[in-house]
Amino acid sequence: MTIGRDEVEHVARLARLRLTDEERERFTAQLAAILDYVRKLNEIDTAGVEPTAHVLPLRNVTRPDEVRPSLEREGVLRLAPRADDGFIMVPRVIE
Amino acid sequence: MSDPSAAAYEAVIGLEVHVHLKTRSKVFCGCPASFGAPPNTNVCPVCLGLPGSLPVLNEAALRSALLAGLMLGCRIAPFSKFDRKNYFYPDLPKNYQISQYDLPLCAGGGLEIEADGRRRRIGITRVHLEEDAGRLVHTEGGAGGSGVDFNRTGVPLLEIVSEPELRGPEEAVAYLKELRRTLRYIGVSDCDMEKGSLRCDANVSIRPRGAAALGVKVEVKNMNSFRAVGKALAHEIERQARALAEGERIARETRLWEAEAGVTRPMRGKEEAHDYRYFPDPDLVPVVPAAALVEELRASLPEPPLRRRDRFADRYGLPAYDAEVLTAERETADYFEACVAAGAEPKAASNLIMGEMLRLLKEAGIPIREAKVAPAGIAELTRLVAAGEVSGTAAKEVFAEMFAAGRGAEEIVRARGLAQLSDEGELERVVGEVLRANPQSAADYRAGKAKALGFIVGRVMKATKGRANPGLVNKILKKALG
Ligand SMILES: [Zn+2]
Repeated sequence: MTIGRDEVEHVARLARLRLTDEERERFTAQLAAILDYVRKLNEIDTAGVEPTAHVLPLRNVTRPDEVRPSLEREGVLRLAPRADDGFIMVPRVIE
Repeated sequence: MSDPSAAAYEAVIGLEVHVHLKTRSKVFCGCPASFGAPPNTNVCPVCLGLPGSLPVLNEAALRSALLAGLMLGCRIAPFSKFDRKNYFYPDLPKNYQISQYDLPLCAGGGLEIEADGRRRRIGITRVHLEEDAGRLVHTEGGAGGSGVDFNRTGVPLLEIVSEPELRGPEEAVAYLKELRRTLRYIGVSDCDMEKGSLRCDANVSIRPRGAAALGVKVEVKNMNSFRAVGKALAHEIERQARALAEGERIARETRLWEAEAGVTRPMRGKEEAHDYRYFPDPDLVPVVPAAALVEELRASLPEPPLRRRDRFADRYGLPAYDAEVLTAERETADYFEACVAAGAEPKAASNLIMGEMLRLLKEAGIPIREAKVAPAGIAELTRLVAAGEVSGTAAKEVFAEMFAAGRGAEEIVRARGLAQLSDEGELERVVGEVLRANPQSAADYRAGKAKALGFIVGRVMKATKGRANPGLVNKILKKALG
């Protein structure tokens, strides 16, 4: 699969990025080069190889169901551009 | 369905249900999973998605998910993992939801339901574990905009997807209620639709009756009660049938149920974003459920509510209605069986529990396990009634006192003088007095008005404060009036 301007546009929209024409050209070329590079993996015969879900050889890492202290709210609200009455404020979402 | 065009089509419905798991902490962090806390006080770097934080799976949430899967007859995956579902929405701080994509914890189960008096098994495609999103509050005026509360973010959710095998709104509601009962039986969730701990979306399509191919699927959301589910689905089926009858095409879309208007309307926006780019979450390692754990959980499964209902009718000879009410909650069913084990006659115990007990519990707002009346107390009271020592009317009064004070039935009967009056001489004296005081009623009865007898019996009961043995009163009266 080669990457074209439409794919770049689609991926940019999914990532909420607005690209200029110049950026779109540049990223199309760069993404195509990256995909080309990764395509080398296609040369390997993976018949009989289990799909990898995780790179670490770990399984079943869990924690006991215990409550730990949460953050202090004032600090949390300071992380947001706007807060009001304990809520983090965002542009009105219409459902 | 009132619309004639609807009769030519049959509905195909699949439900996607989300329930909150009842854990102390959230699914991937130690914040409380409880509700009602002031906004944004149950949050931490993990559930806010702050850089450098690492989620770790809650052991209890995993157990509950496996237990639910087993209860629903699913296969437990030998290997399962968590994936990121990527989308932007203000209630999702990480811009992805940790969910499960191609390797859910449980798959391939089913749930037996009863609708319109018929039993049917509805297939369950999959059951998986994921995290809930935050809560958006839309305020009028003031600061404008929407408020976000991240307390709910990261609360464990179980997603249960049914096969598209439900054939109408009645079956869909029956499935939902049976699912709720079943999950409450194993105690993994409260499944309270009003409080949002059970949410339901539906996929609805229709096809000409008898056709094999499926129609275009419409997703219906925003149904906030069992009633709403029934009404929304009935409306949506009718809408699609009418559209097809008029030669229109059904659009593949998401529609929201608007309860006040009683219609479904297309949801705006968000449609294009249905490209979630799932990929394995590198922060969470795979889950390989241990065989020993799965077998331990399997061995702990209770009898499913519907099967228990059948057994109550069979073994205890209870009417279908009693069996259904008594098995609606596991605690009530357990309590009933403890009463029977303590020696109570089943139907008498059922009457007391369904009548007085459930009413008083509801008034007091407490669960049955907090009731002061022990099953042995119910057995004692039913024995007193069966032996004729307490009348049915007085039994209710005795029970109310047992419920309020936690004292034994016999003790109350003695202390309050509620023992049934079965002394023939004493009753003859009372009957004589009542007949002398109400000569007209006596004459009416002799003249053939059978109703007058009821009035006289009532007077005798009043004179004895409800303690008179009714069988004996009738016998004495018939003799006196005969
Ligand atoms: Zn947290």
